[in-house]
Amino acid sequence: MTDALLTAEDAGLLSCHSCSLLTRAKSGADPGAHEEQHCPRCGSALHMRKPDSLTRTWALVIAAFLCYIPANLLPMTVVTSLGKVQSDTIMSGVIYFLQHGEWPIGLVILIASVVVPLTKLFILVYLLISVQRKSQWRPLERTRLYRVTEAIGRWSMTDIYVVTILVALVRLGNLATIEAGIGAIFFGGVVVLTIIAAMTFDPREIWDNMESTNDR
Amino acid sequence: MIDTSNLIACHECDLLHRIPAQEGLHCVSRCRRCNAMLHRGVENSIDRTLALTFAGLILFVVANYFPFLAFKLQGQETQTTLISGVIGLHDEGKWEIALLVLLTTIVVPLTQLLLQLYIFLPLKLNRTPWFLAKVFRFAGKLSPWSMMEVFLIGILVAIVKLVGMAQIIPGVALWSFALLIVVLAAASANMDSRVVWDRVEYQR
Repeated sequence: MTDALLTAEDAGLLSCHSCSLLTRAKSGADPGAHEEQHCPRCGSALHMRKPDSLTRTWALVIAAFLCYIPANLLPMTVVTSLGKVQSDTIMSGVIYFLQHGEWPIGLVILIASVVVPLTKLFILVYLLISVQRKSQWRPLERTRLYRVTEAIGRWSMTDIYVVTILVALVRLGNLATIEAGIGAIFFGGVVVLTIIAAMTFDPREIWDNMESTNDR
Repeated sequence: MIDTSNLIACHECDLLHRIPAQEGLHCVSRCRRCNAMLHRGVENSIDRTLALTFAGLILFVVANYFPFLAFKLQGQETQTTLISGVIGLHDEGKWEIALLVLLTTIVVPLTQLLLQLYIFLPLKLNRTPWFLAKVFRFAGKLSPWSMMEVFLIGILVAIVKLVGMAQIIPGVALWSFALLIVVLAAASANMDSRVVWDRVEYQR
């Protein structure tokens, strides 16, 4: 197969997101007309590209950034032990473990709660800007970056699960009790928003910019 | 006019590819431009998926029924199962997190296992389940929200956190969790979606 690179869009074909069946786009289907076509095999709505991909992804990314601020400033856990009350944010927890020589666990929380969500958000911002500027720079590498954001997002849930387990286990009345803080709610919001943001972004947009100069 | 029946478009860069007439089993085809996976063929896909689904359901029951950790401090002991953690969060008024944990570790994995049973048991018996296309599509949409493997990391971190504070006793559910994660991953790796879609096609 050494023929010219032909995409489904060039051929006027719609590719089904769910079952990959190709369907001919209704003739004269200009992007403005919102006449929805459905996959004849599985019934999914068909789109040339994910609808409003850039706008939706931007909205979700910005919302996630906004949630990330209170997620870091407000406490994740509130520990009550023998009358003393201690609130811990994500960073204060990480610093505590690093200072007490328990760097493996400190590192796990740092990666899951800080490195992963921030990396994911910055990659998405970069991809959005590069697509909007019609960049033709290294599309393969940018597609790989997109795959990274898809793969790593779920691991941010680690800290939420840790809090869940601590809450369930450490409830010994006055002796020691751990409660989830408000920060955990915002952090959960960050995780969910970034996962949906990666879903709404359409990596085919990266390649669309390549074709507009090569073939047409 | 192009014949579309033997073509497939890459989901990540939209490039068209011809589906090889004789595709080897156990072979992965990738996009020649962006290297995304186009299709992965699996031998005896229905049998394998069904067997792993049964194993997963048994492990799921064990993992949820028994406590996975116990915590002992000055004679007092508390235990936790998956659902008791969710209830604990809910009782504190953190229902948003309780719901998120409930969905990602209990509801979604269980729904996926039950749907796999609903789909692959009739297929094995050479019948077509009702609403096959709709159900299979829905099951596929659920998979990003099943996070059992992340929960296991959460358990490990919690153990290390608490180990200096009190005595931590791992329960039987912890081992079923670990096995369940392997089984769930194997089930999704052995699912050949083309087998199901061909069946839908045949039915039309």
